[in-house]
Amino acid sequence: MKFLPLLWSSLWRKKIRTIFTLLSIFVAFLLFGLLMTIRTAFSFGVDIAGLDRLVLIHKVSLIMPLPISYLDRLQSTEGVTLATHNTWFGGVYQDPANFFAQIVVDPEPFMTLYPEYKLPPEQLTAWMADRRSAIVGVDLAKRFDWKIGDRIPIQGTIWQPKQGQVWEFDIAGIYDGDPGVDKTQFFFRYDYLDENRRGGAGLVGWYVVKIADASKAQQMGATFDSMFANSSAETKTTTEKGFVEGFAKQMGDIGAIMIAITVAVLFTMILVAANTMAQSVRERTSEVGVLKTLGFSNASILGLVLSESVLIAAIGGGLGLLTSWMVVQQGDPTGGMLPIFVLPSRDVVLGAGLIVTLGVLAGLLPAVNAMNLKITDALRRA
Amino acid sequence: MFNWIGQTLAVTALNLRTIPQRLGSSGVAIIGIAGVVIVFVSVLSIAAGFTAAMQGSGSPSRALVMRSGADSEMTSGLGGSEADVIKQAPGLRRDGQTALASAELYVIIDIPKISTNTSANVPMRGVDQTVMRVRDEASIIEGRMFEFGTNEIVVGRGASGQFVGLTVGNEFRSGQDVWKVVGVFEADGGVSETEIWCDARVLQGAYRRGNSYQTVLARLDSADSFDTFRDWLVSNPQLNVQVRHEQEYYAQQSRALSGLIRGVGFGIAALMGIGAVFGAILTMYTAVSTRSREIATLRALGFNTTSVVVSVLVESLALAAIGGAIGGVLAYLAFNGYQTSTMNFSTFSQVAFAFQVTPQLLVMGLVYAVIMGLVGGLFPAIRAARLPIPSALREL
Repeated sequence: MKFLPLLWSSLWRKKIRTIFTLLSIFVAFLLFGLLMTIRTAFSFGVDIAGLDRLVLIHKVSLIMPLPISYLDRLQSTEGVTLATHNTWFGGVYQDPANFFAQIVVDPEPFMTLYPEYKLPPEQLTAWMADRRSAIVGVDLAKRFDWKIGDRIPIQGTIWQPKQGQVWEFDIAGIYDGDPGVDKTQFFFRYDYLDENRRGGAGLVGWYVVKIADASKAQQMGATFDSMFANSSAETKTTTEKGFVEGFAKQMGDIGAIMIAITVAVLFTMILVAANTMAQSVRERTSEVGVLKTLGFSNASILGLVLSESVLIAAIGGGLGLLTSWMVVQQGDPTGGMLPIFVLPSRDVVLGAGLIVTLGVLAGLLPAVNAMNLKITDALRRA
Repeated sequence: MFNWIGQTLAVTALNLRTIPQRLGSSGVAIIGIAGVVIVFVSVLSIAAGFTAAMQGSGSPSRALVMRSGADSEMTSGLGGSEADVIKQAPGLRRDGQTALASAELYVIIDIPKISTNTSANVPMRGVDQTVMRVRDEASIIEGRMFEFGTNEIVVGRGASGQFVGLTVGNEFRSGQDVWKVVGVFEADGGVSETEIWCDARVLQGAYRRGNSYQTVLARLDSADSFDTFRDWLVSNPQLNVQVRHEQEYYAQQSRALSGLIRGVGFGIAALMGIGAVFGAILTMYTAVSTRSREIATLRALGFNTTSVVVSVLVESLALAAIGGAIGGVLAYLAFNGYQTSTMNFSTFSQVAFAFQVTPQLLVMGLVYAVIMGLVGGLFPAIRAARLPIPSALREL
């Protein structure tokens, strides 16, 4: 600690160089934080998808509906804790550019199956009481400045109402959730849809089934699929995680390629910064000689040089990570295209690890050189 | 004046010739800038390829009829009788008695992707007998066209390369149907090359759609007859439809995804550019400070300050241009023509396309590199010019 002033003054020996090294590291780690956020966004929240929840879709494709009669059969199967159904509504609010997901659900089992959606109890009661009501995510409510009690008109694209041209919903609640939960969705009630749609009565999009024993997921899936085999609507069951992963993979390698390129370049940027830091130590050979003459031990020379480079990395990288975290807190800049916009804490830890590695690697070689230097050589080399 | 030019040339030449002696730090600047240009060009080439595939798909002489309120083919729906009415509209091109309009179904079928071996939403289109005359850019390049009334299918070139089992002669099962691939078609690189085509009536049965369709794609008499065609349909009380230019429809479909890719590409490239500028500044500062004695000597000998400034700037620009060129070439070699497929969210289905590193993108990359070099060289150049001669001569 008592060497801190010494460290500090050697840091500012060449002001401009130190400032730009700091800035380079800052930008590198700012980018790192943002990239990890984008990576998470492209994976559609696969990290939080449940392993004990199975998803049943129509075997031919996701767009084919399933009959609602499957619900009772699923519910009465042994090993099933709870089953429910969801339906994709795909409506348009004012303009197709305002895209957000509208999902038709059965409120009570839905809220039990998805405890990660947090809804105040009185809002849940309100939702259960009124067929026409809907609940929306906080991010979505913020985006369109919706409040509880607002009436939202939505144009149906798949389902047309029996009367009029648009569907109308009253907002009964606004749900929140932990980071990583998609807070841009719009949930409304199946009984309202089924009563008022023209055609398609008794059809739902997919089933979600919670099973008692997550380790039996595969077995249970096979059981379900065989239950409906050779019917007019055969099913395909996967774990919810597998389902989300499969969906993310459909985006293809675009996300992966963008991230791979950028990580490679990020790495070069860090190398460049490390090189500059190492150079600044090399230039001070004679100063090291002086320190040794004054009686500094080898170990303290090593410590001094290493802590200098670690300090630069920590200041620049720490500020970079902090800034990226603050940017991410502002929410998704694309207006709904990246619903899950969070910087996972795992990646923050990874970033911190990288910062320390950068500092140590950049300082290690020159520090060892400085330590092994003979005083006479060092003083003569000036 | 000539004296000044001569001085500038001499100092600049000196600087450029001594670059090899400062290979380490110059290399660092070149690598930094090349890296940024790689990211910039390659990410934008994804957007360019995707947009090209989507926009190459439409023809100005075709119109797409969907149910009003539908935002894509996927969510549209038309009854069989409505489709028949649409085929009687004026402005349609006719071939004898046959209207050149194809009533189509557009559905998704689950087929694994070759690259990941996980299932993907492959678009499947049920088409009319007239399809090849309506979509005149399409042609069979392998095998033959399917027989109407059978479970035979033809697959687009892109689909054949991206998804499992879509090769001529192969059969696969989906639900209770078995489909037999009998041909591969191409369509000028448009999105329909990702599709599977079959007889619309067979598909109606397989997907339990009764006698209904989703869209009618119509070949117009000429591009000018669009208004006649649309007005007749929109004002017809038997119908509740919207009519759009096919090109406009595809352009709108591509907007969201290419906008996202572009936004991410520009954002990342801008931030990395800032990082690279810092790298360039550092390099040039090092270059100036290691030669501060030389620079001071030159100025003591009477060389003009501006000539020193210009020489530092030119050196920085040269390094940036080299970096930009290397980056562009690498991005071109690595990514031009790279085949991939992604999900188009408006129809929920896959689109196969190739990355396109266009000359325009390469120029943009190079310009960006030069700007980075200019900014990176400016401050060190000013510093070189302001160096106090006596102390600089004493330095080191």
